[in-house]
Amino acid sequence: MNACDISSVRKDLRILVVEADAAKAKNIIDALLEAGWTDLHAISQVSGLEQSIEEHAPDIVLIDMANPDRDTLEHIGAVSNTKSRAVAMFVDQTDPHLTQAALAAGVSAYVVDGLQMNRIKSVIETAIARFQMMRQMRSELDAAKQALEDRKTIDRAKGILMRRRGLSEDEAYKLLRKAAMDQGRKVIDVAQALVTASDLLG
Amino acid sequence: MTRTVLNCGYVPLVDSAPLIIAHELGFAAEEGLELNLMRQPSWSALRDMLGLGHLDAAQMLSPMPVAMTLGLGGLSAQIDTLMGLSANGTVFGVTTRLAQHLEQITFGDPHALLAGLEAWGPRPLRVGVPFPFSMHRLLLSYWTAAAPGLAVESVTVPPPRMAEAVAQGHVDAFWVGEPWGSDIVARGVGDIVMAGSHVWGFAPEKVLAARHDWTVDNPETTQKLMRAVFQASRWLDLEENKPLAVEMLGRSEHLNLSHEVIEPAVTGMLTPTAGAAPIRVEHFLMFHDHAASFPWRSQAAWIAKQLGADSDGTAAAMSCCRTDLYRKYLGPIGADLPGASEKVEGAMNEKTAVASSRGQMILAPDAFFDGRTFDFSSNAAE
Repeated sequence: MNACDISSVRKDLRILVVEADAAKAKNIIDALLEAGWTDLHAISQVSGLEQSIEEHAPDIVLIDMANPDRDTLEHIGAVSNTKSRAVAMFVDQTDPHLTQAALAAGVSAYVVDGLQMNRIKSVIETAIARFQMMRQMRSELDAAKQALEDRKTIDRAKGILMRRRGLSEDEAYKLLRKAAMDQGRKVIDVAQALVTASDLLG
Repeated sequence: MTRTVLNCGYVPLVDSAPLIIAHELGFAAEEGLELNLMRQPSWSALRDMLGLGHLDAAQMLSPMPVAMTLGLGGLSAQIDTLMGLSANGTVFGVTTRLAQHLEQITFGDPHALLAGLEAWGPRPLRVGVPFPFSMHRLLLSYWTAAAPGLAVESVTVPPPRMAEAVAQGHVDAFWVGEPWGSDIVARGVGDIVMAGSHVWGFAPEKVLAARHDWTVDNPETTQKLMRAVFQASRWLDLEENKPLAVEMLGRSEHLNLSHEVIEPAVTGMLTPTAGAAPIRVEHFLMFHDHAASFPWRSQAAWIAKQLGADSDGTAAAMSCCRTDLYRKYLGPIGADLPGASEKVEGAMNEKTAVASSRGQMILAPDAFFDGRTFDFSSNAAE
């Protein structure tokens, strides 16, 4: 269906279905059970959505595209700032263009005809795989940003040592590394402490 | 003449009025446009549909284009604020149970209210807001930051469900756009204790938004759309049109609300508690007057700051306000244009005359409740 690797999708994920219509909720749950997921919860009581999500701590939330409670889900995601759960959505009309556009735009969601229960398995697998891929990309990006920040701090610390103690760049780095090893700390931590102390002393 | 059909997204609220009136009173047709008004179930859905190209233009909460520009919350895209659709028009209220603790507090006194809420606190105050990227939530944070002892938890509740959340005690307080505040009062489950304008005298509320590339590819249509909406906004703010506006909005299939709940917002006469006499709130909701439709870049800068943007982010947020298009497209049809596209926000305690393309224009008071001002230039790129 797309480039996502769906063979690694786990079946121990906890899924929360938000659906006010009991019959529809049952159809979805049945389809999920048949597809191999067992840790399932359904809520229809929409006004306490936030509490339900805290209580169940689902890995993935299924919600109808037309459900106004989607804004509440967004808020929970924005506040916790973790984006730690996937949201898959259902719309009651097939719109392949929209589906593709949503995927291309990186929406961690998947849009499908809500009435085609036979497709639910592939839909959820794709949504989860896609979400996991996005999350991994995000954490790699974060790591890269952090590395860049660390380097800046270490450069500043080296600069301080070079100025204050008249060392070469290489000697300054060796001194930082030695201090870190002696104290059993990371070079970045020693550098950070030095920069902070230097800022305080002016 | 064949008309250009535009898919235009909206969420049914009183302040969708400029779009509805542009359609129903024929302002769009005069420009050769057919506005296909498409009701959206949620702000997130509206944002995605606009970002993905299923809507050409949309009514948005004023912080949404800024949030999308900053890459916050869901789909990001380059979205332009073409013009303002409304200023102010929101209310803050509490459950009837909490209102009993605040009995001595006068309507519209944000300082006394803060003190009252601080004294109440058995637990964090849970406040229902319509969306994380809404003026409602930003004003709530700005206001409550003045009371460090008051813990606040904002909870997103779709406005049509706010009354239910208030009735069931899921929230202690609410910050919503009309008619949902009046709806809560009418059901006797909560009281309105102040308007959003008591915290910020002139807050941009809804905006007309479109994808940046769409405005580049469709300059003609963008111009027609802006003109139609501008005419509708001007019509809406004429005093003699208000009764007809209430009537038309009430009958419109697009709102599906009775005219009783539409009237308070349009007339600015708010009923704070069930059975009480209405209170007049000056400048409660503006569509056109006092440059309400001008997309002030300094307002976008304020929003960006509340959302934690750095100087680059602030500059990007300001550049999504298309004051250039507003000047170019609406000047020729009689829009009065302020001399500058930014102002020091919060500096006006009274109505103030400023230089404009037609000599002078009168801006409405835009003071913040704490008397502070916000100078965009100290936050823009250095």
